[in-house]
Amino acid sequence: MSTDLKKKFDARDFLANNIVPIIFVVLCVACYPLAGYSPEYLVDQIITRIVRNSFLVLSLLIPIMAGMGLNFGMTLGAMAGQIGIVFITAWNVVGIPGLLLAAIIATPIAVILGWFCGKMLNMARGREMITSYMISFFMNGVYQLVVLYGMGPVIPIHSDQVILPRGYGVRNTIDLINVRRSIDNFWQINLGPIRIPVLTIILIALLCVVIIWFRKTKIGQDMRAVGQDMEVAREAGIKVERTRILAIVISTVFAAYGMIIYLSNMGTLNTYNSHSQIGMFSIAALLVGGASVSRASIKNVFLGIILFHLMFILTPQAGKNLIGQAQIGEFFRVFVSYGVITLSLVLYEIRTRREKAESAKMLAQAQEVQA
Amino acid sequence: MSEMTKPLLEMQSVSKEYNGNPVLKDVSFTLGQGEVLGLVGENGAGKSTLMNILFGMDVIHQTGGYGGKVLIDGKEVKFTSPLDALKAGIGMVHQEFSLLPGFTAAENILLNREPQNKSVLSLVFGDRANTIDRKKLQKEAIDAITKLGVSLDPDMLVSEMPVGHKQFTEISREISKSAIRLLVLDEPTAVLTEKEAEMLLKAIENLSKQGISVIFITHRLQEILDVCDKVIVMRDGRIINSLDAKATSINEMARLMVGREVSAGSAQNRGEDREISDKVVLSVNNLWVDMPGETVKDVNLEVHEGEFLGIGGLAGQGKLGIPNGIMGLYPAGGTVTFDGKTIPLNNPRACLDSELAFVSEDRRGVGLLLDESLEWNIAFPAMQIHEKFLKKYLGGLIKWRDQSAIEEVTEKYIKQLQIKCTSSKQKAKELSGGNQQKICLAKSFALEPKLMFVSEPTRGIDIGAKALVLQALKEYNRKHGVTIVMISSELEELRQCCDRIAIITDGAVSGILPASTPSEDFGILMVGKTKKEAK
Repeated sequence: MSTDLKKKFDARDFLANNIVPIIFVVLCVACYPLAGYSPEYLVDQIITRIVRNSFLVLSLLIPIMAGMGLNFGMTLGAMAGQIGIVFITAWNVVGIPGLLLAAIIATPIAVILGWFCGKMLNMARGREMITSYMISFFMNGVYQLVVLYGMGPVIPIHSDQVILPRGYGVRNTIDLINVRRSIDNFWQINLGPIRIPVLTIILIALLCVVIIWFRKTKIGQDMRAVGQDMEVAREAGIKVERTRILAIVISTVFAAYGMIIYLSNMGTLNTYNSHSQIGMFSIAALLVGGASVSRASIKNVFLGIILFHLMFILTPQAGKNLIGQAQIGEFFRVFVSYGVITLSLVLYEIRTRREKAESAKMLAQAQEVQA
Repeated sequence: MSEMTKPLLEMQSVSKEYNGNPVLKDVSFTLGQGEVLGLVGENGAGKSTLMNILFGMDVIHQTGGYGGKVLIDGKEVKFTSPLDALKAGIGMVHQEFSLLPGFTAAENILLNREPQNKSVLSLVFGDRANTIDRKKLQKEAIDAITKLGVSLDPDMLVSEMPVGHKQFTEISREISKSAIRLLVLDEPTAVLTEKEAEMLLKAIENLSKQGISVIFITHRLQEILDVCDKVIVMRDGRIINSLDAKATSINEMARLMVGREVSAGSAQNRGEDREISDKVVLSVNNLWVDMPGETVKDVNLEVHEGEFLGIGGLAGQGKLGIPNGIMGLYPAGGTVTFDGKTIPLNNPRACLDSELAFVSEDRRGVGLLLDESLEWNIAFPAMQIHEKFLKKYLGGLIKWRDQSAIEEVTEKYIKQLQIKCTSSKQKAKELSGGNQQKICLAKSFALEPKLMFVSEPTRGIDIGAKALVLQALKEYNRKHGVTIVMISSELEELRQCCDRIAIITDGAVSGILPASTPSEDFGILMVGKTKKEAK
């Protein structure tokens, strides 16, 4: 009897804890027959999306470990990556060396931006997420100023490919023909219609290993401690502020590298939009994978990317077949992303409150036992 | 060699004052290696200050240091920070746990002292890139646990532990620090079940056998008799007596703890014995309240009409939880009946509507609108709850503040309670603690309640204001026939005003006695001796 009860309770708990991934699985299963894509095409597409996005999504893990929530400030890293890409395109450096150079340019920018963001977040303790979100809007303004007015007159860039015809400012879209798929094509295996970019996958696997290794280091342990209780960590002599800044710096640098991989895979740079979009989509993907504000794993990253992007491959076609409009997919994309983020934040709060109510429940139970 | 003859710790006439207020006077004692010293005393007797001096806490330096000498191994020491104390081999386990819920026992024990392995990446990124040596961490944790002699799973997450195991983890952490020689335990058994407490006492004996000295602060006097070698009883900043634990009794200690010499003043001030009606106005059954640090487990209480009931007890035993729970400020359960009607719990508005009022112990947080004028502070609850001080137009559709009525009532209370202020427009935050407390009282008086809870009305205010506040409460009770339930940590204060006093121990009522009962009897109730005897 009691075991029965326990099982039932567990099933409900499972549902409550994984509601977001479950909704997405149901949606994808429902859309699959409507869209009518072949399985091979879907697998190929999913691999492309994993390769494109996973580095970016992985960059979110470390701040969550340090208890700083979802790092909306990853947009700053994306900006740094884009600046790197703008330079190498202007200088006409091609292929993998070009991407490496972009990464070298992006690193110091990402470190400075991350350090700034971390400093700010230390001042706004307990409100990290909204603060990092606002910082990303604010820095977006600075980025636009630099890219739209600074590049040309102040920062010497004179490539026609990059600069607007008026002589200063970067074009709206830049064709990245020089570096398009250069990591992917370096070593690619074809299984029928399915393309497998081995080198990119190795890079991503390497980052996963680094993250796993990171958890085992002293700094990783410190971050987990800081994430659970800053005061206890401080009493034990851990440098709380420094640790938190480091978490954001690492995340921002990874986001910059992630953005470079993403752009090289896409082949075009949307100078004024890519970074802010990518922040939102990465966070939504992580949450779709079942992560929460306080807990996220590598498993969440990959499950999230698969479900989130499967949904976006399927919905336009499903929408077209159903009501003759493909735009519904794009519409879905934005609306679902914001919806998922909102839902996760609300669920997290509800869960925290429920855990707090537990202690009251125990007191009531103790009395029942006595009676 | 000298260690054999010189005591591990010696205090020589240590004294300390805060802003001219002496809190420690001429405290001297010695503690030998492997000795267990019991330290007992009421709240405010000076135990914490003494420990703060021993650990070189910042509060001590910031308030002008201390007098007298602290000697370790016969040499004078002056610790400037707890880290210094730690280096000298002194560790402390506080009442509040400082553990990480998502870490295992082992990880918590060696927090920030994890054994590490160098890796290739350490060369690039420095020592923080070292990996943690899990095996060694496990081993060191187990060593500490074995030294303590308790059963504790090193792999268990703290969040899944019973309270007792959390306590053991905390103590193991202190022990795992190298060169620990003296361990201070501040009320370690307060949160433990009896079985866990027994294990802990055994652990203390283990430590003592291994030559580690222990200072054991507790309110459970039986435990002192069980494990300590000697006992120091403190009261009002002095050591009242130093006793041999083998030759004393609970009664003797309890008497020394609370028994002030009966001075003429307090006897005269005490409430006269008067007739109280038999009618029960408030009855509380099986009340539990989840208030952090003041958990109420099972309180049954009856308050008679027109009575002045005191609720006393030591800090952390749950006396503050009672009014906070009934008034809906913390999650609570059980039944509360007032004036024949059941009061819904967890609903502050319903309590106020049934003409209960509450003067909170958290004056600045709950009690006052600090940035508003005195008028507003006094009139606001009455306006909100009873729609007093309002002018109604259009059949009550529009309600206007009645400024003149508000001013009038504020002036009345300012005069009545002798509130020192520049005008009724002054902001509440600009008043002194005592005057703020009076505003809180005025605010509740303005509600004209049938029953008032008053929580710690004299905490943090000076003696003159204290007398005025108590006088005002007493008058309000005697003249207007309002039933008052006053919660206070100061027994003398309760004895002055109340008809009966209930003592709360471990979240339940341990006894209710008339206020004229000698204070020793209250002292014995406070330390929960009756329970021990029953067992």
